[in-house]
Amino acid sequence: MSDTSRYRIKQLSIFSENRPNRLGAVAKVLKEGSINILGFSIAEGAGYGVIRVLVDRPDLAKDLLTEAGFVVKFTEVLAIRMEDRPGGLYDLTERMKDINIEYGYGYRNPPYAVLIVRVEDIEKGIRSLLAGGLDLLDNVNFH
Amino acid sequence: MNVWNPHIELMSKAQLETLQLRLLKIQTRRMWEHSPFYHDRMREAGVSPDDIRTLEDVRRLPFMTKKDLRDNYPNRLMMSDRGDLVRYHASSGTTGKPIIVGYTKTDLENWSESLARAMTSFGLGRKDIVQVSNTYGLFSGGLGFHYATEKIGATVVPASTGNTDRQIDLICDLGVTAMAATPSYLMYLGEVAAKRGIDMRKDTKLRVGLLGGEPWSDRMRDRLYETMGVRGYNCFGASELSGPLFLECAEQNGIHIWGDIALLEIVDPDTGEPLGPGERGEMVITMLQKEAFPIMRYRMGDITMMMDEPCPCGRAHPRIARIQGRVDDMIIIRGINVFPSQVEHSLMQHPELGSEFQLVVDRKGHLDTMLVRAELRPEAFTDDIVALNALRERVSNRLRNVLNISVNVELVQPDTLPRFEGKAKRVMDRREY
Repeated sequence: MSDTSRYRIKQLSIFSENRPNRLGAVAKVLKEGSINILGFSIAEGAGYGVIRVLVDRPDLAKDLLTEAGFVVKFTEVLAIRMEDRPGGLYDLTERMKDINIEYGYGYRNPPYAVLIVRVEDIEKGIRSLLAGGLDLLDNVNFH
Repeated sequence: MNVWNPHIELMSKAQLETLQLRLLKIQTRRMWEHSPFYHDRMREAGVSPDDIRTLEDVRRLPFMTKKDLRDNYPNRLMMSDRGDLVRYHASSGTTGKPIIVGYTKTDLENWSESLARAMTSFGLGRKDIVQVSNTYGLFSGGLGFHYATEKIGATVVPASTGNTDRQIDLICDLGVTAMAATPSYLMYLGEVAAKRGIDMRKDTKLRVGLLGGEPWSDRMRDRLYETMGVRGYNCFGASELSGPLFLECAEQNGIHIWGDIALLEIVDPDTGEPLGPGERGEMVITMLQKEAFPIMRYRMGDITMMMDEPCPCGRAHPRIARIQGRVDDMIIIRGINVFPSQVEHSLMQHPELGSEFQLVVDRKGHLDTMLVRAELRPEAFTDDIVALNALRERVSNRLRNVLNISVNVELVQPDTLPRFEGKAKRVMDRREY
């Protein structure tokens, strides 16, 4: 069996309470640590949110955010390369029908695009995505 | 002037005080002889019924607090034989064990008598139809007004709480003339009626509100009159004292504490020293005729003052001003007593939460809302929104079960709520009355 750990990407999940400009406060900490944001999304809970961020230096980012008072957790996600053209996402979904996705978000990274997914069972997810011929990005692309 | 019980109500101050002293002597004697608890309490305080020679001697009796009542759950303070008890009510029990109050037939008579006097004073009588929109059941608010209404020969509509549309239908269809409720509920009912195109002033006969159970103001009274044509009469009571017990008279200027029912004192909350008329302090009540569940120098926790000048209605019975606050941190939300300590205990059951919290009370429209802000422990944070939402739901459900009111819960970041040195100020009450 090949080593699948290189496909696991450390995403920061940050608890965001219902106060104005929490995103700004997160961004400020990252800016001051010269940390680059590669992708992010905001999920809405009941009266609070979870900010999910991919950064170039996750360990440093986590330390800085924690120091600034944020509650931060690492969550492992997968990054799937997509073609940057109409139908790019469709092609992907055709080949990952048996994967249970908890959440996902995408971004463009010319010349290609990226779909970030959180799956229920990451080990199983990696194997079936690879078996489906999908192009998983190595975490060296991020960290 | 309408008077229910001229003999008692129209007594001079001197006559009233003579009666009070006689009743106080009898009551302390009964407690001394029939209640081991009160007997011991009096002994510890170095006082016996023989020491009660003037009305001022009431000050020699020891104080009682809610804790005394709670510690003696369910019936160690009951003084009547089982055979003489005819009913139980209970406090909401929001701070642990409820306080169970027993009543003899005489207790029920005195309770409705007390309300009947005031209701008669502002003109309620046989031709009136009183809708009681307080909760019926263990809570004393519903049945208290129910029996008082029957006593004055009026017709009672035992609507209890809830189903506002039906409440409005009953008011319209039966020609209801008076309503017992919390002031905020009556206000709310008026708004719902207005939305249905009902003009309370023209389309209904409702003209009197028997209002209590929560703090309110003269401004709110004016608004009720302007928008609904309802004159609101302020009511004071507590389950320990029987239930809703004292109402304003027709003058709407202070609540008469009937001197034959209760002996009123105002004391300095810190020292327990007596305060005179016009001086603000804690209300202390001794019930002078209660049989089953006596009340001796009970510290109500309510801040008010005795009113100085005689009431224009001519009755010499003492009056209190509107309740101006609490000695403790109790807050009243939708007529229900809430102590921040209950919120704290409830939150402590959730290991996912920290120990700090904040309680924000607000008024949306005319109904009180309560928001509890609690800190999420870092270990409990998860990327899984469904799990976090479920946690919030669990916290909210537990609070609702404990407090009997719905509570909105907000999870906040750890170490963000204010910390306090000494006495914590965890309650933000933003309501305006």
